[in-house]
Amino acid sequence: MFAHKYMRVGLLLLLLTSLFVLAACGDDDNGDDEDTAETTPVATDIVSETTPEPAEAATEEAEEPAAEATEAALEAASGEEGRLLLATTTSTEDSGLLDYILPDFEEKYNATVDVVAVGTGQALELGANGDADVVLVHARAREDEFVAEGNGTQRYDVMYNDYVIVGPADDPARIQGMTDAAAALAQLASEEALFVSRGDDSGTHTKELSIWAAAEIEPSGDWYQSAGQGMGEVLTITAEQQGYTLSDRATYATRKAAGLELEILVEGDPVLFNPYGVIPVNPEKHPSVNAELAQAFADWITSLETQELIAGYEVEGQALFTPDSEAWRAAQSEAPAEADATAEAE
Amino acid sequence: MALRSLQVTITALGICIVIGIPAGAALALIRFPGKRLLTALIYTGMGFPPVVIGLMVYLLLSRSGPLGSLGWLFTLRAMILAQIILATPLIVGITMSSVLGVDPGLQPQLRALGATRWQIVRALLLEARFGIIVGVVAGFGSVISEVGAVMLVGGNIEGRTRVMTTAIVLETRQGSFDFALALGIILLALSFITNLTMVLGQGKLSSS
Repeated sequence: MFAHKYMRVGLLLLLLTSLFVLAACGDDDNGDDEDTAETTPVATDIVSETTPEPAEAATEEAEEPAAEATEAALEAASGEEGRLLLATTTSTEDSGLLDYILPDFEEKYNATVDVVAVGTGQALELGANGDADVVLVHARAREDEFVAEGNGTQRYDVMYNDYVIVGPADDPARIQGMTDAAAALAQLASEEALFVSRGDDSGTHTKELSIWAAAEIEPSGDWYQSAGQGMGEVLTITAEQQGYTLSDRATYATRKAAGLELEILVEGDPVLFNPYGVIPVNPEKHPSVNAELAQAFADWITSLETQELIAGYEVEGQALFTPDSEAWRAAQSEAPAEADATAEAE
Repeated sequence: MALRSLQVTITALGICIVIGIPAGAALALIRFPGKRLLTALIYTGMGFPPVVIGLMVYLLLSRSGPLGSLGWLFTLRAMILAQIILATPLIVGITMSSVLGVDPGLQPQLRALGATRWQIVRALLLEARFGIIVGVVAGFGSVISEVGAVMLVGGNIEGRTRVMTTAIVLETRQGSFDFALALGIILLALSFITNLTMVLGQGKLSSS
């Protein structure tokens, strides 16, 4: 997404000279105008930067009851409100899931979560640059790469939803009911039916490209449009032109409830499986990240309690995400009947 | 949110005016080597793609960037910085051309009357005030309507850096076209009221 490292350095040098005066002036003048909402985060940042030692030790010692340990450590470290910057994909925000579950975290940990919702590619880049404290994304191979490069501490399974191929109700390319996603895309290509691609380096885009690759087709031509925008915009573009696209079920269902004129035509193929992972950004690489709160977030979102919250999130009577953390799976295999009962009770 | 839009806009615009009007006047009145080059650069800045400014400010303020230690990324300050870079060239450029457009005979006349250097500058700026106000209005318009750069450096964080324009993008993405449109109308109204205030102020200036 961003330019090559050397280009970046050159660019910055150029910029620095031209911007330095402006930046300095901005600093002075901002001082007069700054509001209280601005000063608090700065203050908390400093607090969290200077106090990670004891909290981190606590997290390392106690693996399982980490949530409680960090919670206690956090409260001990500062009575002030913590601030966590979460870089995530547009699908978690646009589907309304975050608005539904985050208040629970914010209350429990006396923290504010700042959500920056972008494509998976940009979210991972924000993490790699140390601009986010924790990332919640869906592009498995790239997540593993992110951890392998030392940008994140560890990846945890969170949940999954699935992708669906959606298109016009009259389905001119006749792919409805197909169970093989690659074959369905191949048919769209041979029919040259209009297909709108995210084209934005997002998790959905990565998935789409992998299915084209599985179908051994390199999509190109007038029928293949690369929109370069988020899922919501791409669904709008697709519906306006009555074309086809690949969408995550959550965003599609939310938009469908708001009157989107597209139907699910292909679903259920295992390759359409879409797992989400949470990765705290590595504090060894970026000491300024709020590491203990990031870890607390990962522990919280994978905890059984939050997983049940995720399972209970429905739009128009349809559950959008299936919980899939280690704790959830353990609970499922131990007492499936009981877990089902609690999930239903939620 | 509307208040935050105004806060960012007015802060950025205020700084732009403080930098831009003196710089524009200086550029018009003082001769120095490289003046033409600088003028060309200012004119280029007047058409600088906002999203490129956003990208540059992002790289500058990123924790792995040169000014990362400030911790400004995803704050209102980052947005204000981007807006300043966006609008200052507009105000500088338009101020400069307005001052240059003042009757060239005025300067020697004033000097003959024994006016000091600062009195001359003041008189010229007063004479060029309508053009300068146009510059400020243009700067205001570009700042309040900006979306790409502020999305990138502000992050569109709810309750902190979400402003009218980025909220409109989000609502559109979520398919709430009616709400997005309502926000758009509020934004237009804000812009109209501010501009109306400026025009009324201009009327006062011309009658005085």
